Parts: sequence; structure tokens; C-alpha cells
Amino acid sequence: MASILSSTKKRDDVLVIRPTRGVGALNLRDLWVYRELIYFMTWRDLKVRYKQTALGASWAVLQPVLRMVVFSLLFGGIAKLSYAGLPYPLFNFTALLPWTLFAKALGDAGRSLITNRNMITKVYFPRMIIPLASVLSGVVDFAIAFAVLIVMMIYYHFQSNSGFHFVWSWALLALPLLLLLALVTALGASLWLSAANVIYRDVGYMLPFLTEMWFFITPVVYSSSEIPEKLRLVYAINPMTGVVEGFRWALLGTQTAPGPMMIVSTLVALILLVTGLFYFRRMERSFADEI
Amino acid sequence: MNEVVIRVDKLGKQYRIGLAPDRYRTLRDTVVDTVTLPFRTARTLLAGPSMRPGNGKGTIWALRDVSFEVQRGQVLGIIGRNGAGKSTLLKILSRVTEPTEGSVELRGRVGALLEVGTGFHLELTGRENIYLNGAILGMKRTEIERKFDEIVAFSEVEQFIDTPVKRYSSGMYLRLAFAVAAHLEPEILVVDEVLAVGDAEFQRKCLGKMSDVAQEGRTVLFVSHNMSAILRLTERAIVLEKGKLVMQAPTAQAVDYYMSSGFSDIGERQWQPEEVPADAAPFIPLALRVKDRQGRVVDTMRSTEPITVEVEYKLSSPITGLRVGIYLLTLRGEYVFTSFDIDQPEKFELYGARPAGHYISRCVIPGDFLNDGRYALAVNASTFRMKRYFQDDRVLAITVDGTGAPGKQWPEPRLGPVRPRLEWQIERLNV
Repeated sequence: MASILSSTKKRDDVLVIRPTRGVGALNLRDLWVYRELIYFMTWRDLKVRYKQTALGASWAVLQPVLRMVVFSLLFGGIAKLSYAGLPYPLFNFTALLPWTLFAKALGDAGRSLITNRNMITKVYFPRMIIPLASVLSGVVDFAIAFAVLIVMMIYYHFQSNSGFHFVWSWALLALPLLLLLALVTALGASLWLSAANVIYRDVGYMLPFLTEMWFFITPVVYSSSEIPEKLRLVYAINPMTGVVEGFRWALLGTQTAPGPMMIVSTLVALILLVTGLFYFRRMERSFADEI
Repeated sequence: MNEVVIRVDKLGKQYRIGLAPDRYRTLRDTVVDTVTLPFRTARTLLAGPSMRPGNGKGTIWALRDVSFEVQRGQVLGIIGRNGAGKSTLLKILSRVTEPTEGSVELRGRVGALLEVGTGFHLELTGRENIYLNGAILGMKRTEIERKFDEIVAFSEVEQFIDTPVKRYSSGMYLRLAFAVAAHLEPEILVVDEVLAVGDAEFQRKCLGKMSDVAQEGRTVLFVSHNMSAILRLTERAIVLEKGKLVMQAPTAQAVDYYMSSGFSDIGERQWQPEEVPADAAPFIPLALRVKDRQGRVVDTMRSTEPITVEVEYKLSSPITGLRVGIYLLTLRGEYVFTSFDIDQPEKFELYGARPAGHYISRCVIPGDFLNDGRYALAVNASTFRMKRYFQDDRVLAITVDGTGAPGKQWPEPRLGPVRPRLEWQIERLNV
């Protein structure tokens, strides 16, 4: 029954604890053994998030909606002006959904290890569960806000002059994959940031600034077609570019073909995740001593 | 049943400690350091703190070269003073932290209780916390569901089970937390000083549960400062001193060794400057003395006669609210009393702020008070809820001789640490 740490080998139910040298194995099996804890931690993060708030889970909707209203006023002149042939609020909100998921995950997960310091110093479990649960708990908020998007899509669909007509297409099937890409990006970045934050709290102070910068290099308020053709692939190194443009393509049928940009974004997201996993494992050994 | 389930081999753990710069820093140093800082930071961030054993300054071995074995079904006590490495050992065994050298082999599922209520969230209800805490301790959801009613019954918080735990009293909170932990069923249980919290009733309940666990034939590692609990629950014990294993024996023997080691037996204990931790400043302890009526330093006192206890110390700068006091304990670690030099309201008024200087705080322990036996004196200098400047839990051992004490006409041991001379009246009612 004993689960195993990177530094341990299992034979005949024997757990060997010894110092780890070098990089060490990823040992993702450990996560599987503790899968129920992932569920409980995600559930806790969700439960706790809106406790003692007057509006409760409505915040999951209000946050992106309010941002959309602000951006529409600033950039779109609410509902009237169209952008890239689409009503601006719709254009913007479609991108805000995955962005909010990502930004929230970054903020919560980046600080998650410090917030749960008490658990880390007192009991063993795969530490990765903490940032993972923070990232996953955002999916529920995402789902709630997604319902609003559907309402908006229906509204604009029946407004004859809106410029938006919903068409069923195979592209919709890509949506879960795009959500996964957003999660992979969020988790990859969170693994790096949360682990680094244990050693240097500077990371925590840097987080809001980093998120803000990231927001501007992601085509949320504008379209990536604004970027010169030659630079697009470089632009797509930001995996969130692929996610956001992918969402628009799948849901709104925008022209921007995800093609090469998508491949670049996906590759970068995967690299971020894998290096994040190794980095986290490497740092994990000293969490209890350093935190 | 001679199967070894825990094998600890040459285990060691090194910690880095903050190190003060050992020479004057020049502006040039500062500038160079500042410029190279981002690079050095990046290196630490990427490579992680070095885990290789080093012997440089700024590191200490919290544990070194510790080896022992535990057989299935054995209950092993781990005793040692604060900082002896007990907690570090438990943290390695429960895999919270990695060792720096050596290895541990464990056969079977390990459940560690380094604290009760780990991961409890104040905003969640009792019910929710049972599930969360159970999962953190490694229980499966089905297991928690099966034991749920039992846990609630044990905790005695039935009516409040759907109330957020932030509205619980501290007693209820502890009972619920312990109830979850007590229903963990690992093959190897590692328990830290979790029993040292809560009221007497709660402690009794915890100890009862612990001995149940022990009787079920599970392997238990138990750390406590409470020697009577160690004696009651464990068969064998190991004694740690400054990170080294110094004794491994049947419990009674180990406890005796622990209780009599490190004591000064001559009625006086003096502290050398290098023995005093740096964070004690501005409090500098100098000596603790026990004197008889004639003012002689003694290590043995008569139960019937008063003795004087003196704490001599210096303050290098003034401290507001300082209280200097003693604890008297039995050699089994049970407290007899605690007393501070400004307990009395008029002293409290007078010594609210103590200026820098050289002091002796002196008190008299009255005669006809202590039973015969051996006692330990501990010293504490602190400000209430602010700072503990200095504490030494086992400074001096004193022997109390019961000659002439009440009831000595019968050569029997009297229970309890005190032996007061009480005024009895005997009234005959039927004439």
C-alpha cells in the first residue's frame, strides 16, 4: 500500500528512504495513488473561495463580465463597434474565459505552497497536489462563466446586424483540447513559480506584475492579426496566444487559422510543463526545510 | 514475530542555519554582492539548495549516525531534550523531509501524526474537515465514510458537525482533530507530542486510544516529554542527545538514564557564556542554586525544612515585563508547580520594567511540602506571550529526604509529589 517518493524504491512492500542525488525520477504514479487527495484539495479550494462572500459563486461570472464591460467601453464602444467582423464584447469575452482561468491559476497556484506551509511541514503527500488543485479549482469557475458566453452567443446570433452567426462545425470538438492546453500552460507556469516562491518570496511579489505583462502579450483585447505576419510565430511562443486564438476559432469561427501558431504554442506549453515537473521535483526535497 | 519493520541505518540530517557575516563588509563587497546577486539567485533557483553533506560553517547536524531497528508490533519510545533530533527523526520517517545521509527501510503503510488537525480549514464544517483531514492523512474516501460515525462519536461534537470549525471552542477543535487521527489504521504509526495539548480529560482519552493501538499489535513510534506516558505505553525506548543515539534499552532503563543525565548534582548550576543561546540576550543567566537554612549550597534537603532557590542573572539592557521563575518537576517529568518572581501583585507593580544590571531572584520553598524522592528544577525567563528569553528544562536535580515527615512511622512510600503536614481533627460522634 505504501506509495513511493522519487527517492524510494519499492520491493515486497518495502519503502526505502534515502537522500536523492541528481535529477531524480518524476514518479507520477505517486499522484495516482493520491488521486483522492487531489479531488479533496480541489474541492476545498472551491468551497473556501466563496465562503463568507455575499455574492458567492457569482464572482466566477462577475469577474470576467466586469472586465469585458470595461474593455468594451475602452476599445469597442459597447456592442456597437465590431472588431474583426465580430461584436467586440463577444470577441473579448471568448478570450477572457481561458485568460481568467489562466491568470487565476497563476495567482493562486503560485502562492499555494506558502499558503499550505503548515501541511507541508507536517505530513507527507506528493507536494504537486497543492498547485495542481489550485489550477483545477479554476475549471469550475470557467464552466460557470462559459454559460454566460453561451447566452451571449445566442443573443448575438439572433441579432441580425451583429455580424456573428453561429455555425456548427468540427472545430467545436477542439474546445476540450484547447481547455487542456490552457491547463497545461497554467500548471507548467505554476509549478515553476510555486516552487521558486518557496526559496525566494520575491516571486510572490513579482506575480501580479508578471500576470499583467502576460496579459498584454496575449491577444485578449486585440486580435493577433494586428501582429505583423513575420512575427506571428515568435508571438505564438506565448502558449496563451494559441489558447485564446483557438477559442475564438472554435467558438466564433474567426479567420485566424490556428495552424503553425497552434503548434508553436502547444510545443512551448509542453516544454513548460515537463521542465516545470522536473524543476518542482528537484525543489520538492527541500520544501519542508526551506518553507 | 521477529520481523523487522523499521530499519534505520546511519541516518543523518544536516540543516543550514543563518550565518552572520564574520568580518566587516566594505562598500566594495556590497556593490559586488548586489551586482552578482541576480546570478547567484538564479543559480540557487535552478539548482536548488545543495543537498550534499557539507561541513562548512552555517550548517548543523540535527541528526547523525543514528541506527536502530524496530520489530513488528513493538512500541518504541523516543526521548530526548529539546533539539536532540526527535522531531527531525520523525520528519524523516514520515517522509516530510529527506535525510542528508543514511537510509530507512519501512515495511508497511506509515501513518504519521506530527500534529493533529493538519490541513483543517477554519471556514469548513466539522464534517468537511473530517473528509479533508482524513484524505491528507492518507485515508481512502471509502475508509473515511465507513468510520465517519465512529469519528464523530469519539469527538463528541455531534451537534456541531455541520458548523464551520472556526466557531468551535479550542477543546472541540482538538477533539475533532484527534478523532480523525485516532482512526487512522496504518501498520506503522509515528506519533509526535500530539498528546501534550488539550485538557486533562482529553489527554486521558488520547492516551487510552494510544494504548488500544499498541495492544492491537501495530508498530508505534512515540515521542513525548511525558515520561509517565512513555513508561505506560512503550516497551523499549531510544534516547537522543544532540542528534546522536546514546541509549537503546527497555523503557524503564532508558527513562532512568535520560532523567539522570545532564543534571548537575551539586546543588548549583552555572552557565558559561558559550552555553547560553544567542537569542537569550539581553538576558544572561549566571547560576541556579539551592541553599539550606544555613545558606549552604546543598543537593539534598529535608522534607520538613524550607530551602531557598536562587536564580542569578544579568540584564545587558532593560526588559519590560520580565519574569524569572522556576518549575519543579518530578523526575518522571510531571510538573509539581510553577512560580515566577513577580507573581505577587506588589512585586509585579514594582518590577514592571527591570533596568539593566546584575540580579538574584530568590524564593523559599517551604518545609513540610515535598514528598521524599528526586525532583528536577527548571528555569524560565520570559515576558508574557511576548518572548521566552531563556529556558532550561532540566537544570538541577535535588533529593528530598523524608525523615521526620508526616506519616514516617509507617515505612511505606506515599503517593504524590507533595507531603503536607495537615491539621487533622478527629471527632468521635457516638458516645
